[in-house]
Amino acid sequence: MQQDNHHVYPQQDHSRPQHWFRQGAAAAWPICLGYLPVGLACGALAQQAGLPFWAVGLMSILVFAGSAQFIAISMLAAGASPLSIILTTLIVNLRHTLMSSTLAVYLQGVNRWFLSLFAYGITDESFAVNMTRFRTGEWNRWQALTVNHLSNSAWVAATICGALVGQLIPQGALGMDYAMTGMFISLLTFQLHNRIFILTGLLAGLISIACYLLIPGDSYIIIASVGGATLGYIIKRRSKKST
Amino acid sequence: MSFFDYLLLFSGMGLVTYLPRWLPLFYLAHRRLPQWLIDWLSLIPVAILSALLAPSLFSDAHPRCLHWGKLELLVAIPTLIFSLKSRSMGATVLVGMFLYWLGGLFV
Repeated sequence: MQQDNHHVYPQQDHSRPQHWFRQGAAAAWPICLGYLPVGLACGALAQQAGLPFWAVGLMSILVFAGSAQFIAISMLAAGASPLSIILTTLIVNLRHTLMSSTLAVYLQGVNRWFLSLFAYGITDESFAVNMTRFRTGEWNRWQALTVNHLSNSAWVAATICGALVGQLIPQGALGMDYAMTGMFISLLTFQLHNRIFILTGLLAGLISIACYLLIPGDSYIIIASVGGATLGYIIKRRSKKST
Repeated sequence: MSFFDYLLLFSGMGLVTYLPRWLPLFYLAHRRLPQWLIDWLSLIPVAILSALLAPSLFSDAHPRCLHWGKLELLVAIPTLIFSLKSRSMGATVLVGMFLYWLGGLFV
């Protein structure tokens, strides 16, 4: 009887493109929710720094990198040169090479046009969401691309809204400031597959705090990610050898 | 700044943002990756998330210094437990926001 039901309701088939989009959207909405307060704040800050709303939209479309945009806006307000802003952007976004490399494991042999389109939407958030799903084997590249581009649209819209009406929204309304933190906490719990992963997370967190306190700038993210993963990998190798 | 100035600046920023996202994917997706690299990369997500999160829970930004018992950390503990139990990112984000809002009323 159950097999018959599958034939009666073909819309239950989860391998069709419209399902990919819906599943991608279901995975993306918490990211969009998280981007809303951050994007509004980013847009409002840009407007205070003298950027017109269309420039904010242009920046979000061409750059699509939250922390780099915040830094660029404060540098623009301080009268920094374009070259120094571009250089800082490069340094802040170097961490994406790690994410891009990691995603390559799950996008083996995919055509280069798709890869080039996909790469545009690699952010901390979309990376973590997609990796969690890729690992379980229930995810394909189209669902992942949907996550990337829906997040991007939400970011562009939120930053433009921020530039237009950001001043009207009270700071910290409804715990909005915690949206991104909550998202990272959730994504972190999805990554705790076994003791090695937990240990890697703890080590990366410790290194991150130490570097954050000791080294100005954003290098703490890359140092802690590479350091934590490398230590975790060494410990994994050693524990395998000893057993 | 004129439209052209903005376009030039943002194009430059966009280029240096896109290249680190694109180059590794573009080349590595068509190479056979050695097993050690795959193993190492599998630890990158947890390491990156932890590295992004930890300073915001345990330290202040201006100036940078350790800060134990921040509201962010106090809210993070029930949020983490909720996430482990529920396995739902959307619900976890909402619970975190609610607790943070609630905590803000008492601090």
